[in-house]
Order: sequence, then structure tokens, then C-alpha cells
Amino acid sequence: MSVPIEHEQARRGSGEADPPSLVDGVLDVRRLPSFGFSVRSLMWWGTAGLMTIEGTAFALAIVMYFYLRTHAELWPMRSPPPELLWGTLNTAVMIVSAWPNQLAKKAATRLDRSGVQLWLTVCVAFGFLILVLRGLELTALNVRWDADAYGSVVWLIMLLHTTHLVTDTWDTSVLDVLFFTGPLEGKRFVDVSENAVYWDFVVLSWLPIYAVIYFGARG
Amino acid sequence: MTMTARATRSPRLNSVPPTPEDVATLEKTWSDPPGLLGWLAAVNHKAIGKRFIVTAFGFFVAGGLLAAAMRLQLARPDSHLIGPDLYNQIFTMHGSTMMFLFAVPVMQAMSVYLVPLMIGARSVAFPRMNAYAYWVYLFGGLMLFIAFFLNTGPDAGWFSYVPLAGPDYSPGKRVDFWAQMITFTEFSALLEAVILITGVFKLRAPGMTLNRIPLFVWGMLVTAFMIMFAMPAVMLASTSLITDRLVGTHFFNPAEGGDAILYQHLFWFFGHPEVYLIFIPGLGFMSTIIPTFARRPIFGYSAMVLALIATAFLAFGLWVHHMFATNLPELGKSFFTAVSMMIAIPSAVQIFCWLATLWTGRLVFKTPLLFTLAFFFVLVLGGLTGIMLASVPIDLQVHDTYFVVAHLHYVLIGGAVFPLFGAFYYWFPKMTGRMLGERLGRWNFWLFLIGFNLTFFPMHLLGLAGMPRRVYTYGAEMGWGNLNALASLGALTIAVSVLLFVVNVWRSLRHGEVAGPNPWNAATLEWSIPSPPPAYNFAAVPVVRGRDPLWEAGGIQGHVAGLAVDSREVIMTSVLDAEPETRESFPEPTIWPFVGAVATTVFFIGTIFTPWAVVWGSIPVGIALTAWFWPKRRENQAHLALEHAP
Repeated sequence: MSVPIEHEQARRGSGEADPPSLVDGVLDVRRLPSFGFSVRSLMWWGTAGLMTIEGTAFALAIVMYFYLRTHAELWPMRSPPPELLWGTLNTAVMIVSAWPNQLAKKAATRLDRSGVQLWLTVCVAFGFLILVLRGLELTALNVRWDADAYGSVVWLIMLLHTTHLVTDTWDTSVLDVLFFTGPLEGKRFVDVSENAVYWDFVVLSWLPIYAVIYFGARG
Repeated sequence: MTMTARATRSPRLNSVPPTPEDVATLEKTWSDPPGLLGWLAAVNHKAIGKRFIVTAFGFFVAGGLLAAAMRLQLARPDSHLIGPDLYNQIFTMHGSTMMFLFAVPVMQAMSVYLVPLMIGARSVAFPRMNAYAYWVYLFGGLMLFIAFFLNTGPDAGWFSYVPLAGPDYSPGKRVDFWAQMITFTEFSALLEAVILITGVFKLRAPGMTLNRIPLFVWGMLVTAFMIMFAMPAVMLASTSLITDRLVGTHFFNPAEGGDAILYQHLFWFFGHPEVYLIFIPGLGFMSTIIPTFARRPIFGYSAMVLALIATAFLAFGLWVHHMFATNLPELGKSFFTAVSMMIAIPSAVQIFCWLATLWTGRLVFKTPLLFTLAFFFVLVLGGLTGIMLASVPIDLQVHDTYFVVAHLHYVLIGGAVFPLFGAFYYWFPKMTGRMLGERLGRWNFWLFLIGFNLTFFPMHLLGLAGMPRRVYTYGAEMGWGNLNALASLGALTIAVSVLLFVVNVWRSLRHGEVAGPNPWNAATLEWSIPSPPPAYNFAAVPVVRGRDPLWEAGGIQGHVAGLAVDSREVIMTSVLDAEPETRESFPEPTIWPFVGAVATTVFFIGTIFTPWAVVWGSIPVGIALTAWFWPKRRENQAHLALEHAP
């Protein structure tokens, strides 16, 4: 079994060489780092692409909600609006979860393996708690998807967002296990960092959805 | 400090110029594994790109055969060769195949093969995801055709409008297969868009700043951005449609507060940009082929790029012109008329830039140039009828007639298929190492051009005479028989032309003239390496200082040294200026993307029959994707040997 590299030992910046320059037609890149965070990494751009696509899907689903709302005389059509308790509680928990998420990201940028282990585990716990709360939220929507168009679009938006909760909780869990078992390399820290960006997206995209689902039915 | 101290072996880095040992090791490192399992595990962008192109061309031929069946049926009045039910399936399959399984995928397929070579890269950005996207696309397309052969082909038109496609008027599973085909293909296209954007932004050769990338790459970049904003709309439309049909939602059911026009909005918010998703890569082919055969750099590079971007923005502002016959506010329609006409401006900018390039160049009339020159004639005709259709009163007169069929084929075949055939002739030598036959190429071209106009020009007149679309037959008393017979003769001519192309490919693969690295004396990087390219693309990654690196003195200023040859290492550069930033190790071939695609297929098809497939179907997908991600220790050791923290 391989020995996991102690990434803590790598002090940032100390290995930074000057950008390579062309000498006699040769650009020697052997001293360049073998991974980079944020816009330097492929994973950041891949994640940004997915967020653009999914953000567009969320926006269009919200447009559908208001399109149907403007065509309805009553909204909700014949059911009471969703209960505020679980949705509001879950929103609060999601906002709080941004904090361990940020700490996981910072630990990753420091290449701090034990910090990543700790904060990813906290993030996973938050993920599961949020999923349980989401389950309770779905029981308190006060409408079925097959009741009327209002119910259909509410469930569409809720399930669209829940899919993101499920997939990101799964991603985070897999990364967390990997940080305990190895094998590790620098790029895995980049994965943690970009996974944190994606979680921020899942939380931030929830805020307008929360407003629409819970207050769009009350306005 | 470096972290290589614990590594088990030291990596071998390339020198400039690369030694024969470097080259041999690179070939071994970047090759896909042998055997059937190796074939399924392949991730090299050229292998996947070629499969993608062949598959998309296969669907083009299948869609063409469906069109031929329709033309056979319509060749004479009162024909009962094909019944109305089968005819409905055939025209729906033809449109769906051409739009979703051919036109967009074939452009992405070309870019999977070509873009890394044009930007001096060794791979696409996410090679495993690229393989996965290909398999998902293939399985989605096969699903649709298997359903068709089982008499369950979709039959509500390529756009599946509700209420016709809804649960009340389309019972059975036909429309469900259509909706899931959308899920397959759009999912694949969205993944490919992310792969392309990431690759173009991060994997360019050092020195290839954004304002030096080839115009085809610009075209694909703009297309990829459009895909990201357009395709979620059609996925929402098809998902809402299938849930209305399967689990009793009411998105489009007016009795329960739903709205049928909402479907049209969602569909055309995707559907109109879709036209430009097909057209813009075609423009990219034009902008690549024209300078090569005019023997001069393109005129107005910056104007061309800005025109592409302007077209992309405007494309999202005119979807309602497909809905002029619906009950929408008149003021809104005027706005969409204005935007529809405005998009002629950036198109004209590009056309004039090409004309200027041709006018001041020394033309070499080879088959690729012939196909691109035909573009001007065909596309301009299609564009002019487009301006006619942008006007609400004319649109209402000819709505749902053959005039629209004529228009859309002039635009799509003129704007995309003619340049695409030009591109096949142009890059075939790069992909295979052999030239396509010039003589058969000319036959292919002239028969295609004549056949195309014979088929579709009469349709303008048929439409003006009132012949509606999607009718399986017509009475002799309508007087449409002669023009329809002419159109069918044209379709036969096109079929012969495409057959000649296939024969040409078949013969040239064996007996074609050996091409050499740069048979056209072209300017872009893919022509600086052998034909067909080796597994690693570039033995040493070039350092670029110009838009036409092979034409300019000092266009290639030097080469990159110090990348590993015994590990899949690539150089990554900054987004705008392509300054070297990092060296990264890329993943090796693996069977998991294929397994993941099979699991995804079970998931998607399962949902047609039970909503619970969303639950149990996602478990194998999750397992496959996790196994795909999980690092292997051997690969990990190799990466650690090269590790150097930022």
C-alpha cells in the first residue's frame, strides 16, 4: 500500500519558479506546478460550466412557475401554500453549512489533509441533515404534483434542486472517504476546493427557489 | 519545494527536439489499449472523434433514407405506398434524426477530433467524460431507431407539440421514446459543450492567445456557450412532457391550469438557437477552408469573431418568430420581427469578409472550396426567404406549408451540410493519411448541388400554391403532381451523390493518394504534424506567435520541453494570453465511462416504463461514476512522481 504524501509539507509559494521563458526556441516547463486552484484548474472550468447549465435550468423553471402563475386566477389554485417551518429551517441550515464548506475549501488550498478530513466530514453530516429536512419539506408542500399545474411546477422545482443536494452530498462523501483511505495527490485537493464551489452554488441557487416556492404562493 | 522525493521512479521528460526514444515512449503512453475491452475503454480524442463522426454520418444516412421514403410516397398524387400512421412516424423520425442525432452532434464530433489539434493540445479537457458523452449519444440514437422498428417511433413531429403529443392524443409509448431521446442527446451535447469550453480556455499551446485561435475554434466556442443556455430549455420541455404523460402532472393541460403555449415557448427558446448551433460551426468550416484555398489570411478576423458573438446573442431573441400563428400580443411579434431581421447584419458581415478574402486571393478550385462556394448561393437564398418569413403577414400566409420546408432546408443544408461536406474533403487527409478522390468529389458536389435545388426549389412554389406540410398524400386535382415529381427526382439525385461520397471514402481509404502532413499548404497547427496524427498529437508542443502559424515566419517560435513522455502530461495555459501555468497529468483509458453510459441508458429507458427507475436506476449510475473517479494506485504513483505543488 502506498504511503499518502504529506501535503502539509508543501509550503505554498516556496517552489514557485519564474514563469518559463523561451530560450533558443525551447520553453522549459519542468518547474511549473503540476496542479493549480481556481481558474488555473480544469475542474474549476468544468464546474463553472455545469453551474451555468444548471443555473439556466433553475432560472427557466422559475420562469415556468411565474408563467403559469400569471395565467391562473388563483395561486395556489386550490391548495394552501407550503408550510414555512421545514423550508425555512432548511434554508437556515444550508446557509450555516456554507461555513464548514468554506473551511474545507481553505484547508484544501493549504494542502492540509487532516483539515480536509475534518471539514469534509462536517460537510457530509450537513448534507445528510439537509436531505432529511428536504424530505420533511416535501411532506409539507400541501399539494401533489398531479393535483394541478401549480402542484406540478412546485414539485418540478423542488425535485430539480433536490437532485443537486443528493448528487453533491454523494460527491462530498466519496471525496471524504478518499481523503481517509488514499491514494491522494495534489489534484484531489483541487477537487475538494471545486466541490466546495459547487456546494456554494447549490446553497445560493436555493435562496431564490425558497423565495419562489414559499412566498410566490403567498404574494 | 517539489514533492517528488517519495516517488518510486523518476519520470522521463521530453527534450527539444524530441529524441526517437521520446517519440516512441509518447506513442506508447497516449495509445488506447488493444482488444475489444481496450476499444470500449478508449479515451483518445481522435478515436472517440472518429467514432462520433461515423455515427453521426450513419444517422445522416438513416435520416436521408427516411426522407427518400417520403419523397417516394409524394412523387405522385393519391399514392398509398405508405399509410398515414407510418408516414407520421417517418417525418417525425426524419426531423428528429437530422436535428438531434445528426446536425448538432456531427459538429461536436468534428470539434472533438479537430479542436485539440488546432490549438496544439494533446487531448480534450475531460477525455473520459468525452467517451461517456459519445456512448450516451450512441445509445440514445439506437434506442430511437429500435423503437421505430418496433412500430413505436414517435409520430407527433420533431418538436412534439402538445396537446397532440400529450397523454390524451398520443397514448402509447411513442412520444415517450422521443422525449427520452432528447434527454440522451441533449445530455451528451451539454457535456461536450463543457469539455470544449474548458479545453479551448485551458489547453491551448503557449502563445496562442484568444485572438489567435482559428475561426473554426471560435465558432465551436460560441456554439458551446449557446448550447449551455439553449439546451436546458428543451430538456425542461421534454421532461415536463413526459411527466404529463407518465405521472399525471399538468404543465400543459389547460383543464388544470396548464398551458400548451408554454411548451412552444420552451421548445423554441431552444429551437431557434438550435438553428445557429448548426449554422455557426458551418461558418467555422467556411472561415477555415476559404483562406486555405484563397492562399491568403482571412479578411477581418476581429469582425468575424464579433459577428459570431453577435449572432449568438441575437439567436436568443427571436424564438417567437416560430410562433407567429399563435395568439401572442402583436407588439411582441413586432419586436421579434425586428430581431429576426437584425440577425442578417452579423451574417452579412461574415459573408462580405469571405467575399473580400476570395476576391483578393488566388483561388485553388478543389472540392472543399466548391462546397463552400455553393454555400453562398444556397444560404443566401435561404436567408432571403428567412427575411420574408420574419414578416408576420407573410408568415401567416405560408405557415405550415412547403414554403417553410424549402426555407429551412436551404438554411440548414446550405448553412451546415455544404460546408460540412467541404470539411470532410478538407480534413479527410488529416484523419486518414489519404486524399479523397477529386474526380468522384466533383461528381459528388455537382450532383448534390443540382439534386438539392431540384428537390427544394419547387417546394417554394408548392408552398405558395398552398400545399401543407406533413400530409401523407394529396389529390391529383390540386395540381401539385409535377412539382412533387421533380422534387422526388432531386431527392434521388442527392441519394446518388451521397452514395458516391461513401464510395469515394471507401476507395480512398485503400487507394487514395498519400496525403503527407500538409497537402493543402494550410496555415493551422493540425497540418504541422503527420497524417494521420500520432496518438500524442505533437511530439513537442509548439509555442505559437501568430494566427496562421504555418504561413508566418516565426509563427512557431519554439517548442515546449520538460513534459513527461511516460505519463499523460499536458501543459495548461492562461485563458486570455495562453501563458504557461501548470503541467497536469491526464487520466488513462478505462472501461467505466462505457459502463456508466450503459447504466445511464438503463436509467433513462427505465423511466419510460416506471417512474421508480429514477430511484433504482440512479444507483448503478452512481456506482459506475464513482468507480470511474476513484484513483488507481499505479496511476497515482506516476502522478506523484511528477508532483510539484503551486
